[in-house]
Amino acid sequence: MLKINNLHAQIEDKKILNGINLNIKAGEIHAIMGPNGSGKSTLASVIAGKEDYEITKGEMLFNDNSIDELSAEERAHKGIFMSFQYPIEIPGVTITNFIKTAINETRKARGEKDMPASQMLKLLREKCSMLGIDRKFLSRSINDGFSGGEKKRNEIFQMAMLEPTLAILDETDSGLDIDALKIVASGVNKLKKKDNAIVIITHYQRLLDYIIPDYVHVLFDGKIVKSGKKDLAVELEKKGYDWIKEEINN
Amino acid sequence: MSKYTEDDLKKELETKQYEYGFYTDIESDTLPAGLSEEIVIAISKKKEEPSWMTDWRLDAFKIWKQMKEPNWANVKYKKPDFQKISYYSAPSNKPKYNSLDEVDPELLATFKKLGISVDEQKKLSGVAMDVVIDSVSVATTFKDTLNERGIIFCSINEAIKNHPELVKKYIGSIVPKTDNFYAALNSAVFSDGSFVYIPKGVKCPMELSTYFRINEAGTGQFERTLVVADKGSFVSYLEGCSAPSRDENQLHAAVVELIALDDAEIKYSTVQNWYPGDSKGNGGVYNFVTKRGLCEKNAKISWTQVETGSAVTWKYPSCILKGDNAVGEFYSIAVTNNFQQADTGTKMIHLGNNTKSTIISKGISAGKSQNSYRGLVHISPRANNARNFSQCDSLLIGNKCGAHTFPYIETKNKSAQVEHEATTSKIGEDQIFYCNQRGIETEKAIALIINGFSRDVLNKLPMEFAVEAQKLLEISLEGSVG
Repeated sequence: MLKINNLHAQIEDKKILNGINLNIKAGEIHAIMGPNGSGKSTLASVIAGKEDYEITKGEMLFNDNSIDELSAEERAHKGIFMSFQYPIEIPGVTITNFIKTAINETRKARGEKDMPASQMLKLLREKCSMLGIDRKFLSRSINDGFSGGEKKRNEIFQMAMLEPTLAILDETDSGLDIDALKIVASGVNKLKKKDNAIVIITHYQRLLDYIIPDYVHVLFDGKIVKSGKKDLAVELEKKGYDWIKEEINN
Repeated sequence: MSKYTEDDLKKELETKQYEYGFYTDIESDTLPAGLSEEIVIAISKKKEEPSWMTDWRLDAFKIWKQMKEPNWANVKYKKPDFQKISYYSAPSNKPKYNSLDEVDPELLATFKKLGISVDEQKKLSGVAMDVVIDSVSVATTFKDTLNERGIIFCSINEAIKNHPELVKKYIGSIVPKTDNFYAALNSAVFSDGSFVYIPKGVKCPMELSTYFRINEAGTGQFERTLVVADKGSFVSYLEGCSAPSRDENQLHAAVVELIALDDAEIKYSTVQNWYPGDSKGNGGVYNFVTKRGLCEKNAKISWTQVETGSAVTWKYPSCILKGDNAVGEFYSIAVTNNFQQADTGTKMIHLGNNTKSTIISKGISAGKSQNSYRGLVHISPRANNARNFSQCDSLLIGNKCGAHTFPYIETKNKSAQVEHEATTSKIGEDQIFYCNQRGIETEKAIALIINGFSRDVLNKLPMEFAVEAQKLLEISLEGSVG
């Protein structure tokens, strides 16, 4: 589904990604871990199409087509979703209105008509009950005055509504207490299907206790230096990241 | 009533023409450019006005001659040459364009984007209209329903002829001829406008609407509106504008006076979309308007405005809260793009006890435009327990525009409670990227953010106006992010 070949990216003159290789197939969950400043969030932003970053080498293929030249919204229309580490506030715009606009813009780009209001309402109800969200929540301004947990839950709600093919969860566990973490994780697990893929970007392994990854990659200095299965995450949690650094330096 | 269509209006216009005998043999009835006593008399004569009105105009003209154009507003523009303006023009029998091909395509595109014409929307939703095309009111609809309740809704000229006692009593009582340069000019040369009288205890059953247009090149638009709500009555009045594209600057200097007697309520909503000039700052309407209302005991006046057009806007709809417990409200969205300049706000003058006022102002600036809020809250010494709440929010799009706030607060009574909140924010790249990532393209994202920012005010508009206003906001800001 997503194939990244030797990807190099920089912001202004600062090189952040130095040759990423990654192959994600439908039905898989990948976790990308790494110390602060290793380039995890940059990788998420580059896949999502944030314009601040310049790709200097390599390519990203999504379902065998290059997405390097596509705008962020075009990538979204193809089914790429990113759950933000710091979700953005838009005062006065309700969650309902925002998600309605997002869905209809995506449909328009795919040559489909607006979703009929009744269907939209049904979908909203369905996803709310699936994620245990009170529908009153949907009339609030997006992320405006939300707690950390509410923000992250709103991200997962949007993911549920948009039904992406590839979802990148950028530090979804940061700022969550254990109860909120469980709620968010169970939401993600419910959204996992055979034909979609999830990339979890995280510093700690605790989220991976609830969402079990198929593969774990360690990012260091803008490169994937080690890949493995779930037990790699456990090892990282026990030993920290220093041993990886040593391994590389030797 | 809801079946009234554009065709019906056209028919009505055709048959009504003959009621206005003065342009039977002249195709374009425009007075020569320039302003003098003779022109003022000629306007009055064309309107077949009684002598007291002619004298009133002449008095205003004398006052105007001694006044200077104000220059305290935060706007820069080339002062109009008042001797080059034609002060009167009636609609011509001849169509301005033979086919749509002759009309500025940019303008047509805007109409298309608006979906339906402003007229049609109102007709479909059963809004009564008093159509003002180039200064002469040519069609008034839904009169019967209004007549039954004793409501008077007609052109100001008809009112001068048919209801002189009301006009004499109230015209110039809220905005005197001496008030300011443009009010004096308007008083001397006003060509038409609307008059509304709601009798005691009557709730007007429909929204009253006037649709202004500037049609002929080089003619100024000097509208005069007078709304009187007698004791315990209620009226909601809508004013909407759009102007065809013009190369030379056009002057618009209207005066609106509202009178809400004891326990009465007036809701006055405006969507203003005068031609703002092109993206290089050429052309556009100068909009210098004086709007003011008086509230007697327990009365309420609510101004709601969405200002998207005009090259230069100078406008401060105000409330004089004279009676005890009077309430004044001002809800405003002012959008400026390209080279537009707006200096707008309100004055809340608290004279009575327990008077309350609310000001919500949302300024949106894009391009190289300048957007200023200017407001005064005045609490007089005898106004006990007066309260005001003001909120002025500014939103900037891009790096070349400006937002300015000039709040004046004068409190002369210790019991007053005055609150003022102000914020300035910028549409962030983060907000845009967040929307983009959800599949919402940048222009749509901006429209969404703007609508969210303006929601408090949009909610105050009558439904059909709110839809129109939202679309206008989108269109006005098109291409503002590049």
